[in-house]
Amino acid sequence: MWIEPNETEVNRVQVLNETGKLVRTYPQICDEELLGLYKWMVQARTFDQRALKLQRQGRIGTYAPMIGQEAAQIGSAFALKEQDWMYPSYREVGASLVHGVSMENFFLYTMGNLQGGTSAKNANVFPVQIIIGAQCLHAVGGAWASKLQHENSVSVAYIGDGGTSQGDFHEALNFAGVYKLPVVFFVQNNHWAISVPRSKQTASSTIAQKAAAYGITGIQVDGNDVLAVYSTMQEALKRAREGKPVLVEAVTYRQGPHTTADDPTKYRQNTEVESWLEKDPLKRMKAFMIDRNIWDEELDQKEFEIANEKVTKAFQLAENTPNSKTEEVFDFVFEQKTKQLQEQKSSIGTEGVLK
Amino acid sequence: MTSMTMIEAINLTLRKEMERDNKVVCLGEDIGKNGGVFRATDGLQAVFGEERVVDTPIAESAIVGAAVGMATRGLRPVAEIQFLGFIYEAMDQMAAQAARIRFRSAGTLNAPMVVRAPFGGGVRTPELHSDSLEGLFLHSPGLKVVMPSSPYDAKGLLAAAIRDNDPVLFLEPMKLYRAFKEDVPEEDYLLELGKAHVLKEGEDLTIITYGPTVPLVKNVVEQIEKTQNLSIEIIDLRTITPIDEETILASVQKTGRAVIVHEAVKTGGPGAEISALINEKALFHLTAPIIRVTGFDTPYPVPSVEDDWLPNATRIGEGIKEVLSH
Repeated sequence: MWIEPNETEVNRVQVLNETGKLVRTYPQICDEELLGLYKWMVQARTFDQRALKLQRQGRIGTYAPMIGQEAAQIGSAFALKEQDWMYPSYREVGASLVHGVSMENFFLYTMGNLQGGTSAKNANVFPVQIIIGAQCLHAVGGAWASKLQHENSVSVAYIGDGGTSQGDFHEALNFAGVYKLPVVFFVQNNHWAISVPRSKQTASSTIAQKAAAYGITGIQVDGNDVLAVYSTMQEALKRAREGKPVLVEAVTYRQGPHTTADDPTKYRQNTEVESWLEKDPLKRMKAFMIDRNIWDEELDQKEFEIANEKVTKAFQLAENTPNSKTEEVFDFVFEQKTKQLQEQKSSIGTEGVLK
Repeated sequence: MTSMTMIEAINLTLRKEMERDNKVVCLGEDIGKNGGVFRATDGLQAVFGEERVVDTPIAESAIVGAAVGMATRGLRPVAEIQFLGFIYEAMDQMAAQAARIRFRSAGTLNAPMVVRAPFGGGVRTPELHSDSLEGLFLHSPGLKVVMPSSPYDAKGLLAAAIRDNDPVLFLEPMKLYRAFKEDVPEEDYLLELGKAHVLKEGEDLTIITYGPTVPLVKNVVEQIEKTQNLSIEIIDLRTITPIDEETILASVQKTGRAVIVHEAVKTGGPGAEISALINEKALFHLTAPIIRVTGFDTPYPVPSVEDDWLPNATRIGEGIKEVLSH
């Protein structure tokens, strides 16, 4: 029997439609959780917008905005337990905040402070990964360690649609399947890998279906529907805890540039961006909560003010943190400095310049 | 004391370390039932089970990347790359991930892991099975690079590598796996990483080498000293990162002459680094230019010409003659 490409039908999980109306049986999510999810989305967006402005003012360095992906990031991270581990790419502010990374820590990262890499000190979150897809294998190794040490912990790799083209992604799915590891691969298909559209990234009609080739479970979810993401991720984590790895594809959209150094008007149509603004994840959730009589415009405005204050405070803390010192770079290469590192460190004066 | 080969010493060390610490796990291609293509892990799976001695799919990047993930979460993985020439597949996970995790987490995370790989020439292998690529990793801050030249060294260095809290690339000269036996203590001992071994003291000339070329250099020196009134010092570096500056400099300051021997290609190789180090810190003690006897700047050749390509007795002899001519 010939296995024809893209024969499998993949149904996208959706709870809320684009206008915030229920399209399926309501999952078991209490009002408190609804508010929690939405408030995190507000915080993530507020942080994101401020970071963009701060970069334009030259007060932080290159930043990769996540605007438009709040539902995917918050909904997925909200389902994690404290003991679970997150292996993020560089566009995961929202998810990282929910799992315990402070806004201050993220600002320090964007400001080029060495302390920006210390997320794992206070949260089970690996440092931001720059090499596309490399973290998938670390999540596999982490999941393996938790399995062998009998810890009840799931490792979650966060990557984008572009990352699914990397060899490390495929090797990771393969290992996860062979060893039945407690791992979830959470792919945010935001349609663009810098300037290359999803259609040129893979000939598969969905990313979710790639799971089948590795003998693991795949699922596609509306990544702008926070309720769909949250409930799907809860189920994915449950399966992973039982040693059944899962590939989740959250279909979303990168509303902003790849990074602050990118101009997306060069490669994509404004009409496309506008069509996705209609599907904005915050707008949808807000409409749903207002319909449900647990939210209103006044509360909404207040929530953005609270978030703004929080971001301001975090940035102040980051700005008041002393800059990394040149001599610090020698301290984190090995547990004990080699003679060469000692010598090079002592060649640096207190002002950070060569003596 | 038991007389054993290097491969037996490695096998014994792995077994002892796995007994000592249940966080030590081995992973790699064909290392389980088959015991590794050279039998380094022979019998380990039968003792420690499939969970701790893992036959992996053929995916070098995943072997190293998964080891990084394990090591940062409490295990001490010992990964095997079947031949060092295959490690190009895992370059990112080696040089950008394992090597940098301590740095990019500002000391919050570290990766106590070992990547073992057979390397070196002279055994008539197919392509990419004999390459000496240690120079690539000397140039990747955050990795330690260790290479034993004897069964005794293999045991002490491998145990130290497994207990080290940083990633170690442990390179095993496959030509020496079964080349000779020597007495190796059964009991625990460690050889410090970063400390060279002065194999033989001498006054007129220093030869700096490591790993596969050590027995060859010993032979050449023995022959020369038999027929000529010369006294040659031999340093076995044992590790090239960290490199033992003190031993190298003290020796060269004494003898005033240095020949560096390694199988890795010449340009940008470990010899270049050692030579630069001597120039920076002991130039005025030199009475002759430093000579490097190394592999040529070509890809590792086919078996029919490898004996001429590799540093051999003739080429090392020429190198010695050259430095002594000044």
